[in-house]
Amino acid sequence: MRSSADISVERLPVGSIGHHATGWWAMLGVIATESALFGYLLFSYFYIAAQPHTGVFPPELPRLTLALPNTIILLLSSVTVWLCERAAREGRENSELLGISATLALGIIFVIVQMFEWKNKMSSLHSSVYGSLYFTTTGFHMAHVAIGLLMLVAVLVWRLRGYFGPHRHAYVSIAAIYWHFIDAVWLCVFFTYYLVPYLSGQS
Amino acid sequence: MREIEYDRVPRIADSRHEPDTALRLKRYWEGSSGIYGWFATVDHKRLGIRYIVTAFIFLGLGGIEALIMRVQLAQPNEHVLTPEQYNQLFTMHGVTMILWYALPILTGFSVYLQPLLLGCRDMALPRLNAFTYWVFLFSGIFLYAGFFAGVGPDAGWFNYVPLASIEQNPGPNIDFYALANIFLGISTTLGGINFIVTILRFRAPGMSINRLPIMSWGTLTISVGSVLSVPAVSLAFFLLWMDRHFATHFFDPATGGQPLLWQHLFWLWGHPWVYIIVLPALSMVSQALPVCCRRPLVGYSMVALATILTMVLGFGVWLHHMFATGLPNMALAFFSAVSILIAIPSAVSLFAWLATIWTGEPDFSTAFYFFAGFIVVFVIGGVSGFMTGSVPVDWQLTDTYFVVAHIHYVLIGWNLFAVLGALYHWFPKMSGRMLDEKLGKISFWLIFIGFNVAFFPMHITGLLGMPRRVYTYSADMGWSTLNLITSIGAFVLAFGLLLTLINVIRSRSAGKVAGANPWDADTLEWTTSSPPPPYNFVVIPTVSSRSPLWEDRLGVEEEKRSTPNRGLVLDHGKETLGTTMLDAVPDVIVKMPEDSLAPILLSLALAALFSTMMLEAWWWLAASALAILIITVFWLWPQRALGETEGVAP
Amino acid sequence: MKSERSILFHKVKSSRAAAKCKGQAHAIAFLLILVTDLGVGPADAHAPLNYLTGAGPRNVSTLTWGVLIISIIVVLATTSLLLIAIFRNSRSRSSEIGERRELIDRLGNAIPAIYAGLIASALVLFGVTIWTMVTLAEVASPPSKPKIAIEITGHKWWWEARYLSNEPEQIFTTANEIHIPVGEPVAIKLRSTDVIHSFWVPALSGKTDLIPGQINTTWILADRPGTFRGQCTEYCGLQHAHMGFEVVASSNADFEKWRQNQLKGASDEALGNEAGQRAFQQKCGVCHTVRGTTAGGRVGPDLTHLMSRTTIVAATLPNKPGFLSGWIADPQHVKPGSKMPKLQISGNELAAIRDYLQKLN
Repeated sequence: MRSSADISVERLPVGSIGHHATGWWAMLGVIATESALFGYLLFSYFYIAAQPHTGVFPPELPRLTLALPNTIILLLSSVTVWLCERAAREGRENSELLGISATLALGIIFVIVQMFEWKNKMSSLHSSVYGSLYFTTTGFHMAHVAIGLLMLVAVLVWRLRGYFGPHRHAYVSIAAIYWHFIDAVWLCVFFTYYLVPYLSGQS
Repeated sequence: MREIEYDRVPRIADSRHEPDTALRLKRYWEGSSGIYGWFATVDHKRLGIRYIVTAFIFLGLGGIEALIMRVQLAQPNEHVLTPEQYNQLFTMHGVTMILWYALPILTGFSVYLQPLLLGCRDMALPRLNAFTYWVFLFSGIFLYAGFFAGVGPDAGWFNYVPLASIEQNPGPNIDFYALANIFLGISTTLGGINFIVTILRFRAPGMSINRLPIMSWGTLTISVGSVLSVPAVSLAFFLLWMDRHFATHFFDPATGGQPLLWQHLFWLWGHPWVYIIVLPALSMVSQALPVCCRRPLVGYSMVALATILTMVLGFGVWLHHMFATGLPNMALAFFSAVSILIAIPSAVSLFAWLATIWTGEPDFSTAFYFFAGFIVVFVIGGVSGFMTGSVPVDWQLTDTYFVVAHIHYVLIGWNLFAVLGALYHWFPKMSGRMLDEKLGKISFWLIFIGFNVAFFPMHITGLLGMPRRVYTYSADMGWSTLNLITSIGAFVLAFGLLLTLINVIRSRSAGKVAGANPWDADTLEWTTSSPPPPYNFVVIPTVSSRSPLWEDRLGVEEEKRSTPNRGLVLDHGKETLGTTMLDAVPDVIVKMPEDSLAPILLSLALAALFSTMMLEAWWWLAASALAILIITVFWLWPQRALGETEGVAP
Repeated sequence: MKSERSILFHKVKSSRAAAKCKGQAHAIAFLLILVTDLGVGPADAHAPLNYLTGAGPRNVSTLTWGVLIISIIVVLATTSLLLIAIFRNSRSRSSEIGERRELIDRLGNAIPAIYAGLIASALVLFGVTIWTMVTLAEVASPPSKPKIAIEITGHKWWWEARYLSNEPEQIFTTANEIHIPVGEPVAIKLRSTDVIHSFWVPALSGKTDLIPGQINTTWILADRPGTFRGQCTEYCGLQHAHMGFEVVASSNADFEKWRQNQLKGASDEALGNEAGQRAFQQKCGVCHTVRGTTAGGRVGPDLTHLMSRTTIVAATLPNKPGFLSGWIADPQHVKPGSKMPKLQISGNELAAIRDYLQKLN
């Protein structure tokens, strides 16, 4: 019997479990690449903003009336999804369902409010480079919110069909971390497009 | 219905005493046969070979394009091609070689070899692996559809705006490139993620991060590089597509946009990309060269660190492609310094190889010929890169044939020589047969001579001022003889490559039988049969050094040696082992998916999506998006067999 | 470590002569190619875009020669090391398939060799970095404030040159051939109206891009009289290959004479050629300007002093009557894709236009 001291013969989990799941690691990779994508989008904004312009840049000062409350709504949804994931881990079924439903609801509210925000915007996709940047960046973010919502719906449906439980909830964790990412990206977008113009004193 | 298994104490056994296990594993792993199996397979070995074959087909296409151009340029004022044909050819040549050959060929070797090197049974995400292959293939077909329809991209592979804008280039040419590039980017980034997860999580027990095979370091490093850099170019092409079809203004100076924004986004990807398509090739040399030299690699840690450092610095030198765009002197000085100093980590690898040969006892195999030739062209490509890193010199050299020479020394020299060496080295593992050494050596000499005859004179043509991307030149510029020499060299090179192709085709069935370990090499892929069984290893090997198969000869005490034949038996279905990121301690038993049509269907749906973007058929676009959604849900539907569900699930 | 080094040097000396010879032959071949093709030899006369023997700032070509020589030394040194490394221990035959062999580990680890190589390359690279910085600072601005400023506009596929001045009557426009006085730095402002081009006169200076939406600046200085060829070096579409120009450096007096002539309108002789002028106006005037006449098009080059230039078609053809006729008769044959269309011109009209153009000196 040669030494196999290195091999653990302990009990090992089998299958897709929490942070052992391959899907969880893959989602971290997806988040890395998507973060880079938004990084390049924001780089484009700052690069364009730093060039000499005819007239002021941005041409309109963004209004915070809708954007600020909407940001808070999205932040809240991150809290609810966190509660949901914790409940899933601890096997508290009702809290889990409540958490995921609340996140879905907040996400949808965010989308609706953002639609109004777009409608109220003076610039359009075609009006100027600022409009192109603003609508493309927020549009990219909106697409990610939509994908996040679809993920949550899928997880909810699967949850209701009884697929997940205290042993198997990797899908919940994966959807949750993606939702946190969407939230974090929004903070960067919000900071860049809504706060920087005030900070740089172009009022 | 068997009870759901949430955890288990795996059995430990010696594979030589487990004939039944092998049979059982074969049943689980061999996959479907026939046409269904061909389209549905998720086996990394089949996919790896497919990647390699497809990438070589793209190399052939790019090569033919190059040869046609060399006929046009062989003499001054030739009329073989019209300017438009020439412009499409040189664009397609660059795009094909840089995007559809250079990385996919390395991906192919990695897809085939990484699980074997690491001691696991497949890539971490086997269906994703199939998906990235199909996306690579379909995106290439998409690109060539435009070219064969006579409207291929014609603004050069870096596709500068405004030349690529709708005003200057109203045809569909640029759209084919833009959409194909975004399409391919999906494959590249997801493939990168797959490698990262595989290398960080699927190593054999005991293969702590400091025992990682050096080739895996290359793949891991560039995978991180791809994941972080490819979004830049995908975004650039997306913004360009918006500018072209939705009247946005990103690159339009008249409305506040910036043509230079394109160049920044492009090179933010483009320069890291240069390292992405050479570092894995370098690391294949670092992996196989020591085997040819009968000793472990000298300076493993330094080479691994140099690989990472090169990638990191590679993100900080993008401006050196833009030295002539009127940047402030401060930026010029900074980026020039980094561009010169980035040569230091490359020097580390170079001296590690030289020291390995110096202190080793080289075996004159064809693989070694290619690696030795590789080192020569590595140095030439390196020093010409160092010359262009110096701003005042670059102001003269940039956009001349000197740069053309440089990129070919880097891309053919660093990539292709290493790849061919790797092919001669690992072909026996993949096919079970040896390549013919005699034909291989003739092929090597033709390639080596043809390559240098073709590309070395280009340095001089460049110093004599010949600009790149000109479809013809006049006789009084002093470039005629040199161009003729280059054209002759190009054909010799092509002939040499053809011989290796013949060698591969012949040896597949007629080569000498290789056995498990024909080179007496040191890493795990050589412990299993050639070609490996579908499950790779009967038991998950256990590793305690970088050279598990050489430990006896390296004087490792017997009780501390690796046990390639002894380890965990995972035979409750299609399973492999997940280990921890740094120490590779067993962490989880991973259930692996069966063959599936979802990857190819999803790639087809994506191809449909990009085609509808090309045709601006918005309703069909919505239909494709819906198809993508449905297939994705189908793909991700939690499966009991994958250990994703509990309770009543299917 | 020490023993390994000494082995290393010992081996170099006693290494097989064959390997050494091969290395040297390699070296000599490289040098021969370089010297014969680059040197100040006869190749120079035939390669007008060769910049290593230019008339611009010496420090840049010195730096280029410097890095070139370092590069050649590095290539020769590493190739020699490689060849010695290969032949010092190699076996006479390849291994048999699957043959189990002893490993070569008797020399221990050769990591110090990597350190040595690392330090040597780092020293050279740092040195070159500093040299680069110094040269960059030297060429950042001209030795004295330029008195002449030229605004160059890139067009697909020709060069418009406007000599700037504070006095409007001193401003004039020409194309594809710029004249400068010897020894005087000349400021160049670069702009483009269509796509990105790049301004390059290898004998006088490096490249600077012409980018729509921004104005780049550079400067040139010729230290001896002569005609220096320039070329667009940023790929700009179909006829990128045929977008050349010339820089003529002459004595201050000759330059001034040329400038005074350029400031004038069309010559009296040309104005006297009424038939030619009418034909030109009719066929060419929409696109080309001849100052002093009604031809005022801005699409193509200003032709007021066409005959003062030595080339036509963006330095593609010599300015000789035969080439001129051929170009006017069928521009799309000479330069496919050019904006100059093939017109319906009778033989008589062609002759009239050509005669007229030949009086525009």
